[in-house]
Amino acid sequence: MMATRQARHRLGMKIGVIAGLCIGAVFAGFPVVWMLSTSFKTNGEVFQVPPRLITANLSFDAYWKILSNPANLRFFLNSYIVALWVTALTLLTAILAAYAFSRYEFRLKRFINVAIVSVQAVPPITLVIPFFGLVVALGLYNTYGGLIITHMVFTLPYAIIMTTAYFNTLPRELDESVKVDGGRGWTALWRILVPISVPGLIAVGIYTFMISWNEYLFALTLTRTDDMRTVPIGIQLLMGQHSYEWNQMMAMSILGSIPVLILFLIFQRRFIGGLTSGAVKS
Amino acid sequence: MEPANIDRTVFPEAAALEAESPTFSARGRRRPFAVRNLAPYGYISPTLLLIFVLMVIPIAMVVSYSFQDNVIVQKNPVFAGLANYTKVLTDPVFLTAIKNTLIFITLSTIAHLVLGLAFAMMLNTGLLSGLTKAVFRIIYILPWLFTIAVVAVIWRLMLDPYGVINYILTSIGVLQSEVNWLASPSTALWALTFINIWSGYPFFMISLLAGLQGISADLYEAAAVDGANGIQRFFNVTIPQLKPVLISMAVLDLIWTSQQFALIWMTTGGGPLNVTEMLSTYTYKQAFSSYEFATASAAAVIVLLLTMIMAFFYVRQLRER
Repeated sequence: MMATRQARHRLGMKIGVIAGLCIGAVFAGFPVVWMLSTSFKTNGEVFQVPPRLITANLSFDAYWKILSNPANLRFFLNSYIVALWVTALTLLTAILAAYAFSRYEFRLKRFINVAIVSVQAVPPITLVIPFFGLVVALGLYNTYGGLIITHMVFTLPYAIIMTTAYFNTLPRELDESVKVDGGRGWTALWRILVPISVPGLIAVGIYTFMISWNEYLFALTLTRTDDMRTVPIGIQLLMGQHSYEWNQMMAMSILGSIPVLILFLIFQRRFIGGLTSGAVKS
Repeated sequence: MEPANIDRTVFPEAAALEAESPTFSARGRRRPFAVRNLAPYGYISPTLLLIFVLMVIPIAMVVSYSFQDNVIVQKNPVFAGLANYTKVLTDPVFLTAIKNTLIFITLSTIAHLVLGLAFAMMLNTGLLSGLTKAVFRIIYILPWLFTIAVVAVIWRLMLDPYGVINYILTSIGVLQSEVNWLASPSTALWALTFINIWSGYPFFMISLLAGLQGISADLYEAAAVDGANGIQRFFNVTIPQLKPVLISMAVLDLIWTSQQFALIWMTTGGGPLNVTEMLSTYTYKQAFSSYEFATASAAAVIVLLLTMIMAFFYVRQLRER
């Protein structure tokens, strides 16, 4: 009797939780589904009454129009160039800094650490004004270089902290063995630490890529001509140019989200693990 | 991620750098003194150079701009004292921006916390299979994976007067007629806050999920033995155990949300009638629409100071953990 009551209680709980999860899933997922659905509609069907998820003329027209316009392809090219450079330079700089933090004691360690952490809190809107002045003065206005260097403000602190955390998990005996053989710290870093840190570095790299790919404010202010714009600005331009081509805007949005979605799905577990390892540490 | 809007960097990791670890210093005595001392500075020099060029110099520049007039666009800057600050602080639009920013960040953070915790707890339940939970987890993380430009476009479509939200609300009788959510002064701020809630809760959820998984089952068993019911267990075990994470995340979210620019710029642009004007859009407009770089710099410095106050509380919270 007792057991069946408990079982029934459990079943009730389970149904409740599943119902709750489904309601939450609609809240989280419906806008995404709607974006996907709209991208396959013709523009006349976007606001048709009653709204439908799948319409009669399922079409890839919007995608075709986006992809056949060289101006749009240029946004993608720009975003890839900037994000890949940012990722490469951030990883290189972060590996070096993380090695110092993880394996050496030095006088300014605590001070530099505080500086790196506080960089993350500085509002981009505060930086964008001097960056504008600086980038113009350096002749980097409306160039990839200006975007790459300024994006590193966001990516580097995080990358250093995450890479240091990863290096700290690796036993010191590993790099000691190189030193015993007469090698130096430099050799230990590149021959031993970096190769075995590849999983951690991938997570750092993906996060860096995502930050750069999504960056909006600097891309908006530090570039001027359409051939230098990145995907987020491209989506905004599309909104301004033909503000009622909703199907094309949705197609562009999906195409612009694909790199991040793919990276995330492939490396999901590692990524979430890396992201939260610090948050729950107490 | 700001991907979200992923331009959100992660503070919680900060603890990692602080973690003391055994290092070469103890055993490196055999090395020549100078080499041992200089090597770490060599490794860290590219970082220091970047921080200097991209952080120290710019902050010095923006502070100095804020005390001058005729900066950037004209070549003859003159010292202006506190005039820019007086101008900003007496500007009714700036005061409105402060009020809107406070409403926006407070509501967003509370909602992120509640939704994040609710979803994390449902995903952490022992009642469902691992696969079911994995599927729901991916769905719940979805909003976080889209860049803010995409989030803005999606919601402009959905919240359009002829859009699907208005259709649903009018056909079930909640609304009499269509509402132009983002363009009407009475709804724009709430609609914007709602969009921000949608796009920002997953980060809370991920962190809280990890936090929940870290709570020892023994604590719940002990509470159950003492006769605690589900609600009592939630308030006496779950909440106290998550408290450090909850507080850190809340402060972080206040900071992040106060820095939100892209979403506001791409949905309402601060309008209509300034009802969604925030500190970020106000500063941006001063600089890049009115070309009042000196005034904008004063506003930017005020934003920096406000952020530093919040960051101070965050760091103090981290220390206490």
